[in-house]
Amino acid sequence: MRSNRTMTSRAITFNKLGDYGYIAIGGAICIALLFGLVFIQGGYLVTVLQLAMIYGIFCVGLNFFMGYTGQASFGQNAFAAIGGYGTAIFCVQYNWQPILALLVSMGIAGVAALVVGYPTLRLRGHYLAMATFALGLITYDISVQWTSLTQGYMGYSGIPPLGIGPFTVEDERMKLLCLIAVLLFGLWISHRLRDSRFGRALRAISTSEPGAAALGIRVSHYKLVAFIIAALYASASGSLFAHVVGFISPEVFGLQMVVVTFTMLYVGGIGTVLGPAIGAIIASLLPELFRSTGRFQDIAYAAVLLLLLIFMPKGLSALAEIGRSRVPRRSAEG
Amino acid sequence: MALLKVRDLTKRFDGLQANSEINLEIPEGSLFGVIGPNGAGKTTFFNMISGFLQPTAGTIEFAGTDITNMRQDKIAAMGLVRTFQLVQLFKGMSVAENVEVGFHLATRGGVAAAVARLAWFRRQEADVHAKARELLDFVGLADQAEQDAELLPYGQQRLLEVARALAARPRLLLLDEPAAGLNSHETDALAKIIQQLNAQGITVLLIEHDVALVTRIAQRIAVLDFGCKITEGTPDEIKRHPDVIAAYLGTDEAAHA
Repeated sequence: MRSNRTMTSRAITFNKLGDYGYIAIGGAICIALLFGLVFIQGGYLVTVLQLAMIYGIFCVGLNFFMGYTGQASFGQNAFAAIGGYGTAIFCVQYNWQPILALLVSMGIAGVAALVVGYPTLRLRGHYLAMATFALGLITYDISVQWTSLTQGYMGYSGIPPLGIGPFTVEDERMKLLCLIAVLLFGLWISHRLRDSRFGRALRAISTSEPGAAALGIRVSHYKLVAFIIAALYASASGSLFAHVVGFISPEVFGLQMVVVTFTMLYVGGIGTVLGPAIGAIIASLLPELFRSTGRFQDIAYAAVLLLLLIFMPKGLSALAEIGRSRVPRRSAEG
Repeated sequence: MALLKVRDLTKRFDGLQANSEINLEIPEGSLFGVIGPNGAGKTTFFNMISGFLQPTAGTIEFAGTDITNMRQDKIAAMGLVRTFQLVQLFKGMSVAENVEVGFHLATRGGVAAAVARLAWFRRQEADVHAKARELLDFVGLADQAEQDAELLPYGQQRLLEVARALAARPRLLLLDEPAAGLNSHETDALAKIIQQLNAQGITVLLIEHDVALVTRIAQRIAVLDFGCKITEGTPDEIKRHPDVIAAYLGTDEAAHA
């Protein structure tokens, strides 16, 4: 018994040196093939993947707050709305450069998250969920009612595409490439932060706030920073949506967005680095897969989501873990 | 010199007097025990010292600074680090990562440092990894370093909590019933570890239900009963004290109270 235990732990340490599970490698190849195919074929699926990337950026950010830190927020769409409307207003009304509009909007969203988060994050559990939910509803109402600023239900159209100076990204495939680059950048940051002093503090808070506080971690401070990071990602995704689609309205950042992003987070694997991005791709493609079933599309989509959550409660990215544990066992026996 | 000075510490919960006017001085470098029967107010006392409960009255002074009503993380930053009676491990993190979290106070750097990963930050991370392994080695959990912390047997979870607290470089380590739920073999291992870290210069305040453990390793012991400190002395004095025997075994008076 005892020798058995040391065997496995040694094998796992050995494995940590750098091989990934077969399933993870297989998954990576599948995603690469998928993007390649869509890229060659073009058309509607390019748009689907564009939106998947935008949602992916949003989810990678939300994962900081909900995954790493373990807090509930039902109102992150508010910050996506700030990004989207900021970009629309700065670019359409004031002819700003897209990059500048995106960055300034992120700044506004960050400050808004700080102001809103400071009092709200004293709440916990269901209370925090309700407060953040209200935040999303309030933002939605503002975007509908404050017509002089937001143009109400009509929304903004004619938002220019992304670009720097004279160079603009008009081609749909190029847009997708840009979005992939931004998502990868977002994932890179998430990866760097997760295994650091900062990331460990967030993850400690997610399972034991007293334990974290007893080790000198300022719990409220770290929650607030995670909330702000999530807001920055959300704002960037809102701005990118505005540039890529060229049109925004209150509905874009409504409740639908909350539901969709939650699905993505849980399907992909909350609290993991890659999970949010994988979830965004899968949850965006599934409805397209069932398009041929006509009126059964929604039912099929819901059924598959349910099955995924029942049989993979830790999300699709947990599949990589299965592959990983197989590798050391074999090498330990052999 | 006293590292921790507690003056007239009192806590009332809606009419229940959980702690009344407790006075205590813990000398630097000592291994100090607090014992008392269940419900004597040990954990309440402990929670007030570590900032997890606000006292109704009284003051707490640590290393010459008044820490009454100070936030928990600030108290920890001053070098007063606690463990919990109900272990508060970070689930979903490995055994080694749990200890690495403990180095929070001993390290620096936030979001920008983690993204940039300059040389000093990489060095610090490598240092944290290495030192976490050393601490796990010290408590005898080196072989389990990569394992998920939740999967450890209960006795080892307690040892992990001690290792994690040590990472925070405590001047005073508060151990809240560390032997609860341990078998005699595990308790012996724990006793040895506590004595070793005390020998390294860490002052230890040990709150325990298990009288045998405390009388064996503590240099000085205070006894709580019904929220009051009934006596204080060396282990030998405590073992022979009639009030202590009464509190633990019960007298007619205590049984009626």
